[in-house]
Amino acid sequence: MVVELYLDLLSQPCRAVYIFAKKNNIPFEFKDVVLFKGQHMSEEFGKVNPLRKVPALKDEAFTLAENTAILLYLSRKFNTPDHWYPSDGQKRAKVDEYLSWQHTAIRAQGSKVFLIKALVPLLMDKPFPPEKLEGAIEELNSTLKQFEEKFLQGKLFIVGNEISLADLVALVELMQPVGAGYDVFEGSPKLAEWRHRVEEAIGKELFQQAHEAILNVKDMAAAAAQLDPQLKEKLKQLLQKNLK
Amino acid sequence: MGLELYLDLLSQPCRAVYIFAKKNNIPFTFKPVEVLKGEEGERFGKVNILRRVPALKDGAFTLAESMAILIYLSQKYKTPDHWYPSDIQRRARVDEYLSWQHVAIRANGVKLFWLKLAPEEKLQEAFEDLAVSLKQLEEKFLQDKPFIAGNRISLADLVAITELMQPVAIGYNIFENRPKLSEWRSRVEKFVGKELLQEARKVILSINDLSNMPLFKLFKTFGV
Repeated sequence: MVVELYLDLLSQPCRAVYIFAKKNNIPFEFKDVVLFKGQHMSEEFGKVNPLRKVPALKDEAFTLAENTAILLYLSRKFNTPDHWYPSDGQKRAKVDEYLSWQHTAIRAQGSKVFLIKALVPLLMDKPFPPEKLEGAIEELNSTLKQFEEKFLQGKLFIVGNEISLADLVALVELMQPVGAGYDVFEGSPKLAEWRHRVEEAIGKELFQQAHEAILNVKDMAAAAAQLDPQLKEKLKQLLQKNLK
Repeated sequence: MGLELYLDLLSQPCRAVYIFAKKNNIPFTFKPVEVLKGEEGERFGKVNILRRVPALKDGAFTLAESMAILIYLSQKYKTPDHWYPSDIQRRARVDEYLSWQHVAIRANGVKLFWLKLAPEEKLQEAFEDLAVSLKQLEEKFLQDKPFIAGNRISLADLVAITELMQPVAIGYNIFENRPKLSEWRSRVEKFVGKELLQEARKVILSINDLSNMPLFKLFKTFGV
């Protein structure tokens, strides 16, 4: 039985897992979990991940949540090329360092900008005050500055000369605000060059395929319009709470 | 010069690193950083450009983020396998917890800690959020196992216990009415050892009066 990957490509962590598996020719079964249809709340999915989040992995009886854990598990099980997660202790530590830091930094702020800019207008009855978005963008910019100064530091990739899981995870997260219409790469040539390198290393076609959904706001609007009212209410509450 | 660990024991991630290093007899120089006293100055800034604790310096190599530090130490000093098991599925369980907890237990525990100074409704909400995380910890991560990754203690349990001390330190006994969690706590504390735990918790348990501290600095430092 092949590994099952439960994914919705609208989600950044799902894109990282998808791209990694495809790039490394890891055989897997793509299990669609459409968040906009509330499929993450199904009983079946609950058995795979009781936290009801994507991505999730199922390998025979073994189930696993959290994209960092999934990426590392796949890299170990399928013996992917060393540069993804170097065996050298210090290089590896630098990948771990980025993967840890990004949760409450790039991931958090990138998501926030996306939610306020793209989702709030689709789901809420009235828009948020403009200062909310401005504030979120300011925080994201500040984080991007840290990213450039601490993690990139003028190198080709986050850890040395080759792409690693750190770059992959970083770029998919940064595509989220891009999908909402906020181009984080504009105004930073260094960042734009790094993005270009990462896309090339992944392969332009695969990268575009993975990002088709997030870069298509029209489809998102259509999906949101068809939301089940109960689910819509739940999402509204979540947005309200998390974007205070 | 050897390994240097820059730590402020007020911080949960610092306690996890401290306990882990001590428990495994890893030789290091303890470089105290008192974040609340604004010691995040020039010297420290050079080691850790993010100006957060904990931080590690090993010769010319510097490293931030407790997860990265813990794993680096476990590999470099070849600590007993159970801390970060070589079996890929057990290891994945540890990775899974270490990843999840950033925005769950850690985030909610921290919120509760600092919100002691804030209005009642905010506190209530933080309390509820933490309760959700605790439920997930019990039902998803622990289940019927003695420890998060199985039969033996790992980095996941260590990180969890140090985070959970934060709300306990200000009087929220989150273990009350949670027998499963209490039993797990006893098991973890037994393994680590009373003396080492007390040593690590000295600072946090003496924090009685938060109201004197400059709020802004607190929030900024601990990333609330």
